[in-house]
Amino acid sequence: MTGLLEAQDVRVRYGSLAALDGVDLCIHDGQRHALIGPNGAGKTTLLNVLGGSTKPQRGTVRFDGRDVGRLGPAARARRGINRIHQRPAVFPTLTATENVVVAALPRVISRRGWWPGGRRRAAQHQAGPLLDQMGLTAVAAEPAGHLAHGQRRQLEIAMALAGRPRLLLLDEPAAGLSAIEVGRLVELLQALPRAVAVLLVEHRLDLVYALSDTVTVLRDGRTLAAGTPDEIRTSPLVRQAYAEGVA
Amino acid sequence: MIAVAAGTNRIDPYLIPALDGVAYGLLVFVAASGLVFCFGVANILNLAHGLLYAIGGYTAAALLDGGWASLALALAVGVLAAAAAGVLLAGLLTPVATGNHLSQALLTFGVALAGGSLLVAGFGPDDPQVQVPAALEGSVLVAGHRYAAYRLVFIGVAAVLAAALYLVVRRTRAGMLVRAAVDDPEMVACLGVSPARIRAGVLAAAGALAGAAGVLGAPILGPGTDTADTVLLLSLVVVVLGGLGSMAGTLLAALAIGEIQTLGVALLPSAAPFLLFAAMAAVLAVRARGLAGRWRTA
Amino acid sequence: MRDEVIRRARGGVAALVLVGLVVAPWVVDEYTTAILARTLALALVGVSVALLTGVAGMPTLGQTAPYAAGAYACAVVGSRISDVGVVQLVVAAGAGALLAALTVPLVVHARGVIVLMITLAIGELVVIILGRWRSVTGGTDGLAGIPAVRPFWGLPPLASDQARYLYALVVVATLVGAVLVLLRTRAGLVLRAGRDDEARLRASGHRVALHLTGAHIAAGAIAGAAGSLLVVAQQYISPADFGFDTSALLLLGVVIGGTASVGGALVGAALVIAVRDWLFGVLPGHAPLVLGALFVATVYLLPTGVNRARGRLRPPSAPAHQPDPPVAQDQATVAELHR
Repeated sequence: MTGLLEAQDVRVRYGSLAALDGVDLCIHDGQRHALIGPNGAGKTTLLNVLGGSTKPQRGTVRFDGRDVGRLGPAARARRGINRIHQRPAVFPTLTATENVVVAALPRVISRRGWWPGGRRRAAQHQAGPLLDQMGLTAVAAEPAGHLAHGQRRQLEIAMALAGRPRLLLLDEPAAGLSAIEVGRLVELLQALPRAVAVLLVEHRLDLVYALSDTVTVLRDGRTLAAGTPDEIRTSPLVRQAYAEGVA
Repeated sequence: MIAVAAGTNRIDPYLIPALDGVAYGLLVFVAASGLVFCFGVANILNLAHGLLYAIGGYTAAALLDGGWASLALALAVGVLAAAAAGVLLAGLLTPVATGNHLSQALLTFGVALAGGSLLVAGFGPDDPQVQVPAALEGSVLVAGHRYAAYRLVFIGVAAVLAAALYLVVRRTRAGMLVRAAVDDPEMVACLGVSPARIRAGVLAAAGALAGAAGVLGAPILGPGTDTADTVLLLSLVVVVLGGLGSMAGTLLAALAIGEIQTLGVALLPSAAPFLLFAAMAAVLAVRARGLAGRWRTA
Repeated sequence: MRDEVIRRARGGVAALVLVGLVVAPWVVDEYTTAILARTLALALVGVSVALLTGVAGMPTLGQTAPYAAGAYACAVVGSRISDVGVVQLVVAAGAGALLAALTVPLVVHARGVIVLMITLAIGELVVIILGRWRSVTGGTDGLAGIPAVRPFWGLPPLASDQARYLYALVVVATLVGAVLVLLRTRAGLVLRAGRDDEARLRASGHRVALHLTGAHIAAGAIAGAAGSLLVVAQQYISPADFGFDTSALLLLGVVIGGTASVGGALVGAALVIAVRDWLFGVLPGHAPLVLGALFVATVYLLPTGVNRARGRLRPPSAPAHQPDPPVAQDQATVAELHR
């Protein structure tokens, strides 16, 4: 089988601790995949490996048929892997619009790119609809540092989409959001273009069931189980792991 | 600016410059280790470091009269004066927010400018003569070459000083704290000691080192209007070349600079101006590659 | 609304300053005019310092290096090859850019105080080279007798101090205008974003090292062009023009001007240089003492310097858990030197 993203036998050790101990993962175009597991299972580490900010000691990561194992986060972003951080990462002194423009620039195409400000203007044209989609039009001219936590989360999603991702890595996007904001977030994520594949790391199982069509369960750096949300929900193995790890 | 006269007219022209390089390197090592302390422990770029050396140098010029007693006196006064200047500098730095490197650098530069002007006002605009102890005034034979006795003794004394410094940093509690602070700057904050006191202590120690180097090194790199700048530059290059991690790195970098300034000039007189630059570029280029990888993963 | 008023006021002040600069040579004497021309050159170097320190987040004490490269290149070309101003400017800017490009590997991966240290060492080493490379630079005596410049082919040489001053003014205005335009394009935006959060910029797919390299070379070209203006203004250069004190003065001026503001850098640098020149005129013996005291006093008056400039942009309501990128980077770079 060939997927959009294929990770094979990924191993990451921190000293004597094996954060990832031979994990395989395959995500297809447009697939909505969730990664769950108790704390310390290696979920964020795996996301770091896929995003390029952590180099595994062993294993391969292929994206769109090509080995991206040696590329850093910037190069992977240009190929279409974008990431939403656990703590919303935005540029605080730039306005919301400028934030999206900066994120759009590496992949923007403009016929007037040679003219000073040409590419910036092209990126600006993309920023408006994205901010609108995220419900941020009213605060478009505000510095991102002024925005509330939930708005920054939405801004970060707009930034990720501006990079025209083919795969979106989401690291606990609901962390720190109010119930209303979580509801809004779920709507936004459900409305993502169908072509964008998503890898979601999430503690809250209700979000996992709402947003994903396949699930991988990690525990102690290994794959414990994989399947559809329904299969996982009824798996005694997973129930047991969660009872030990989360409580 | 950096005149280390190679006093030989024998056939083998390289032994004496090489020895001079060792003397010069050890001198730079003692001076630079003060800057390394400042930078590594207190995280301050102290642009007045050269001034602390110059204080020692001018003290030596004023007090040395050819006797051993005057050397001891000059050493004591020079070390104390430079350490006191370090404490004064720490006091001036207190209102500046920690971590604001630009303001710290600008303030220490102002102090260097004002202090240099005061030294010139006090000791006159001409570079003063420094008298070495009478017993060391002559020269001795080293492998058939005549070599200034003071420099030979200086090499021994500076080596002892370097070894003592190594033992203090390696073996004592204070040294352990210093190493811990260099490894993990945030740890200092967790120790419960006030940052202002740490800063005062570090700058006093840096001043003492620079002052000692200034007094003992006065016959080699004597006091003058350019001295502070020269010592600051050489110390900076030592930090860039040697890093902060190990004293061995600092020593190696200092010796390399000493040899570049003496042996390098003797071997490649036409390329001499570029050698320091080239050495820095080479070391940083090599480090940058490893560094780049770390940055990408950071 | 208030922003609008401030912007109008700023525009008005800028226009007044510009008018003042244009009529200045007819108001003051020849000597002062020559000094003003030199101050313009240094203020342009200040702009390049602001570009690196404030906009790109690479605080520098070494812009005198490309400044010197440009000045010496211009002096050599001026005395041996061409007295046409445009040629000299291009050569000087090229020399500054070349020197900056050569030093890129030294600075582009360092951050914060480490950059200060490395750039300071570069600047000082360049001064040493200038003093010793006698065959080209004339050593510590410097280069004198550089013929008067003619701005363009066919125009007469600039014989008076007024003319040379106006030439410098036109060049500075043009280059500053170009910098302001450039900062409004994506380049300026991306540099500001990188100063905010470099890792985030990388996560968006930007080649950060490439941006910084570009900024460094552009700043070098500007400083190099300023060097050519120094030659025009003084018709004499020596290593003393490019000392460490000049770098520190410019950095102080840029910090006074608000670090990230081009206009602020121009005014701040010009102010600091003017104070220095005035002090050396009235207090020949004790000028460094007073100047040093002024440094200390200025730092106290700007209690948090750069940080306050950032704080003003960053709202007080910003949550405390936001990491402060510059500080974090400094620590990272200090850690780098530990190896």
